[in-house]
Amino acid sequence: MRSWEWARPVRPVRREVLSAVPELEEGRPPLLFVPGFGHGAWAYAENWLGHVAARGFSAHAVSLRGHGGSDPAPEATLRAYAHDVVQVAAGLPRRAVLVGHGAGALVVAHAMARYPARAAVLVAPVLGGWATFGTAVRRNPLGTLPAVFGAGLRLNRKQLFSGELPDADARRHAARLGRAARRAQWQLLTGADPEPAVGEPPVLVLGSPDDRVVPASALTQAARRYGSAPLLFPGMGHDMMLDARWREPIDAILDWLVKDPSRDDRG
Amino acid sequence: MPTSTEPGQPDPETTTLARGPDGRPVSDRGDTVCVIGAGASGLTAVKNLAEHGFGVDCYERETGVGGAWNWRHDRSPVYASTHLISSRPFTQFPDFPMPDHWPDYPHHSQLLSYFERYADHFDLRRHIWFGTEVVRVEPVGDDRWDVTTRSTGGYGPERTSRYAAVVIANGHNWSPKLPRYEGLEQFRGEVMHASSYKDSAQLRGKRVLVVGAGNTGCDIAVEAAQQASRCWHSTRRGYWYAPKYVFGRPADQVNDMLLALRVPLRVRQWLYHRTLRLTVGDLTRFGLPKPDHRVYETHPIANSLLVYHVGHGAIAPVPDIERFHPHSVELTDGRQIDPELVVFATGYLPRFEFLDGKILGDDEGVGRPRLWLNALVPDHPTLAVTGLLQPDSGIFTLAHWQAVLFARLLRLRANRPERAAAFAARVRAGAGERYSGQVKDSTRHWFEVGHADYLRALERALRELESK
Repeated sequence: MRSWEWARPVRPVRREVLSAVPELEEGRPPLLFVPGFGHGAWAYAENWLGHVAARGFSAHAVSLRGHGGSDPAPEATLRAYAHDVVQVAAGLPRRAVLVGHGAGALVVAHAMARYPARAAVLVAPVLGGWATFGTAVRRNPLGTLPAVFGAGLRLNRKQLFSGELPDADARRHAARLGRAARRAQWQLLTGADPEPAVGEPPVLVLGSPDDRVVPASALTQAARRYGSAPLLFPGMGHDMMLDARWREPIDAILDWLVKDPSRDDRG
Repeated sequence: MPTSTEPGQPDPETTTLARGPDGRPVSDRGDTVCVIGAGASGLTAVKNLAEHGFGVDCYERETGVGGAWNWRHDRSPVYASTHLISSRPFTQFPDFPMPDHWPDYPHHSQLLSYFERYADHFDLRRHIWFGTEVVRVEPVGDDRWDVTTRSTGGYGPERTSRYAAVVIANGHNWSPKLPRYEGLEQFRGEVMHASSYKDSAQLRGKRVLVVGAGNTGCDIAVEAAQQASRCWHSTRRGYWYAPKYVFGRPADQVNDMLLALRVPLRVRQWLYHRTLRLTVGDLTRFGLPKPDHRVYETHPIANSLLVYHVGHGAIAPVPDIERFHPHSVELTDGRQIDPELVVFATGYLPRFEFLDGKILGDDEGVGRPRLWLNALVPDHPTLAVTGLLQPDSGIFTLAHWQAVLFARLLRLRANRPERAAAFAARVRAGAGERYSGQVKDSTRHWFEVGHADYLRALERALRELESK
């Protein structure tokens, strides 16, 4: 029993949701994109939303509280972030596919325990734990260590993007990065594992072996947790939806959805 | 997408003809599960069974979802001003939250739109046969069930289908319970049950006697206080009238804080009494009787306005009715009052008119089934009742977990029959168990459960099912 959900419900906030809807409704499940820490819905609006809509799926991206155009929430926790995702997902007309990037994948994993998603996609997932922390410290000690003491986690351009992205774009995106709430950042390290997902949704994990935030071993581990192997896109940075070759991963996701993975395990 | 009046079509592949015991044709629906009713409990049963991979046929006598909460339905007890008495987190389905921007205590029309969105979001309407009522449910061998249906109102032929399991979600707030009073037949004034009360215009300018201090009775008394020319409110005993907000938060959330901290019952009762004394105050100063029980011993009444109107003299509290005269009503304290309209907010009784009462363990035929977890039927492992609860919270979360439990149980029967058999013994042993503290004996409290106790018991049952 989730006593605290009853006694202390998450405080409501205004959330930013960016959407791109196809011209013709084809009865395909809507996609809900969840950005990672520091990112807002804008990260998806840049390339992916329009592309998804062009392929006939309706696409929505939410800014977690305290990010992008949503209301500020300095004391937010992972639970509040998961609440934001479930609220938006339940507001869509049909059962949604949840797509989480970075730490947003962890938020999606938590949300999956509260909402029977049709399917879930974890892009370069940061599911927390010390291995990810180790990588981050090695790559970017100045940006990572202060976060332990409550400062914002800072990721630099080299971590997020591959060299193929024009420098001006990389600068522009990096300038828009915000920060997640202090308590949510700590929960990346110390938080409890997500509860098991409800409704047995199929899960796809994808990432890049050249990601400088998520080590390849973490990708394999994440995929194994959901009983599959990760789909790899070599040569890309952590922010796959902003990188120069953003088209490849999103096409892979949509192809996977078109195959309708939920049919497989139902027989 | 089918519209709400369009009945779904059964999958022809699984339909094979068999013969019933009396030679009528029976279409065999294989492993499909039958759900009776597309109200809140029925919808969540359909959703969870489908999610667990079962085929589902749901029969709904009305043409829309929402059951009791759809005011268009002729069995719906809601009235124009009905609002929830449990706050949002207590009322929503655990996996489909109500929108954040809704009020703490939504209106019944919002609740209906919530159920409609739930049905559309999870694509449930394709499982539902609207405008179809269930006439009979009979057990046939091998724990299977023959369900006979026809168009609502009795038109058209009956048809019988055979199902692997049946979920009864026909609701328990539609069959009015009317108390017997001497002389009621001779009474010349108007008499109605709260189920036919729809709108406060029915009270306007009249002298109204409201009988019953349930949440409905209190709501109607409050409306009568504002609309009627006089209002008497008759109660059997004194009650605790809890405000909807305490300490600036919905009262049920404050109460659950204590439950989450596992504060013992006695301490909670003491705190509750203290809080009421400091906020609502001593009710005997208004002539209300002193409660003859401690809080948590009757179904909670959440109404901030009743005491307010009593304090303004708009509601006159009176004791129980002794007998009716043609032009007046005699009370137990000897007083005579002369109402034009008597509203009986005296509650409802559950009814399963399509099923032999013995199957549910109701041997005396009074309508009180003997079940485990208020849902599972001893000796009939493929039959379940959902939503037959009077929780001190919203019912829908509880109905959701009941449906999950039943779906997992059915799946276990298919995969590991020996473990399901062991669980059936558990059901037999636990039948009739209660999930609340001590409560007053009344039909009102037949299905009373404390939501925390009940959910913990359900959680244990789910674990047992997984682990054994």
